[in-house]
Amino acid sequence: MHPAPSVIIFSVLTGLGFGLLAMLGFGLAPATGWAAVVTYGAGYALATAGLMASTFHLGNPQRALRAFTQWRTSWLSREAWASVAAMMLMAPVAASAVFAGRLMPVLGALAAVLCLVTVVTTSMIYTQLKTVPRWNHWTTPALFLGHAIAGGALLAGLGNAPVLLLLLGLFLALTFRTGDGRFADRGHTLATATGLGGGSVRSFAPPHTGSNYLMREMIFVVGRKHAVKLRTLSILLVSVLPALVLLVLPAGLIATLLAAVLHLIGAFIGRWLFFAEAEHVVGLYYGLR
Amino acid sequence: MTSLPPPSDKKLGLVIDLDICVGCHACVTACKGWNDQGYGAPLSDQDAWGANPSGTFLNRVHSYEITPEGGVPQLVHFPKSCLHCEDAPCVTVCPTGASYKRAEDGIVLVNESACIGCGLCAWACPYGARELDQAAGVMKKCTLCVDRIYNENLPEVDRTPACVRTCPTGARHFGDLGDPDSAVSKLVAERGGMELMPEQGTKPVNRYLPPRAKDRLEETAPLAPLLDIQATGFAGWLDRLLDRI
Repeated sequence: MHPAPSVIIFSVLTGLGFGLLAMLGFGLAPATGWAAVVTYGAGYALATAGLMASTFHLGNPQRALRAFTQWRTSWLSREAWASVAAMMLMAPVAASAVFAGRLMPVLGALAAVLCLVTVVTTSMIYTQLKTVPRWNHWTTPALFLGHAIAGGALLAGLGNAPVLLLLLGLFLALTFRTGDGRFADRGHTLATATGLGGGSVRSFAPPHTGSNYLMREMIFVVGRKHAVKLRTLSILLVSVLPALVLLVLPAGLIATLLAAVLHLIGAFIGRWLFFAEAEHVVGLYYGLR
Repeated sequence: MTSLPPPSDKKLGLVIDLDICVGCHACVTACKGWNDQGYGAPLSDQDAWGANPSGTFLNRVHSYEITPEGGVPQLVHFPKSCLHCEDAPCVTVCPTGASYKRAEDGIVLVNESACIGCGLCAWACPYGARELDQAAGVMKKCTLCVDRIYNENLPEVDRTPACVRTCPTGARHFGDLGDPDSAVSKLVAERGGMELMPEQGTKPVNRYLPPRAKDRLEETAPLAPLLDIQATGFAGWLDRLLDRI
């Protein structure tokens, strides 16, 4: 799949933003006044920036509001509802912390749950696609949730953030590894795609001499040769290095910011691989994957 | 609404005979021609006369080389367009309701004025049947020429999809695959019409007729008996005489 920057930015930033808001909503990092302005502000800024980025992916973004209509069947529509509901419900919690200096544990927990639900709906957009076996597995929502929780804990400055980050790194390695054989396991081949079994079949000539939308969007082979290096780099940056920074440096804004920057770069690399390594079954028709 | 309607009795679709298709791409051209002027946004091209041309097509013809067990390699031309699946994953993923399946005849269509161009339906389709038009920013797909098949302004012979109408070899058939007595259903039953990627669970309506098994020559050299000339008469006597000397 084509690793479009808009979709990578969208999924990474909303995951991190809603993860942070969830930690705040659960009252795990109680802050009031100016401190709450910074923490809630960061959560809202990340989530909003991510949602804005997602609209750059659209052919007709002026109709984006229509995406709220099909929540009965479409995960993309559910994601739209969940994100708006989470942000609206979190607003009084944030306002109370900032202006009244009072925490709202019940409403906060409810909003926090909605934040995590939003992350799950985002992941389900990818998980639901049977056409992309690497994504079509329970590990995808688990990975997105893991990113949100570990990243949120890091930004909220929680004491257990290093442990959560290391667990995320382990799980990321697991998803890289288990995803590798899934396309073959599902049994999709050129023979099932064309029905021309009973012997051997190979692509002789493509239907067009140039490229097309399908090939640009769903058959992405550039950069896979660096996949092993990039996997290692993403695990180091998203998990190991920020955990080390948090453990070694004295707790404070500088340690959190440095760890967050490293974590964010690692998350972007990991998400790039999430798309670049995902193979769509339509590639079979072209004899490519 | 992107909920799928209950399965319709009428299931309009195509049956494509892989034994007959010669790979001339006339269906591709006819499809592009018709869909440039009728239903929805025209199928645009980018850099059409430049070094890197690319464009939107609703039908594309692949070519595969198959080698049957113990047989010789043969070329199969493989036209591919929307299969109008009964369990169409492209419909249910749509966030806006632009993508829908008609309850009355099962045709899968896009309401372009509601399409935000997110591309998720193209991701959900295993067959590569949907392409996002780069000029209009909306999803394009085979309409089964819904603006021809019911069009009473056209002569009756033309009330069939453009690809079927134009096919010079008669490799493409259009009809109601929900009716077991229709010509297309009989053809499918007779020739063992197949579904593409059945393991995806999409229940496609369109069927493909597999290439017929090629017959095989019993003798490797069919002219060999003609070379074994037996001389008779005077030449035969001379032949035997010369053998003895």
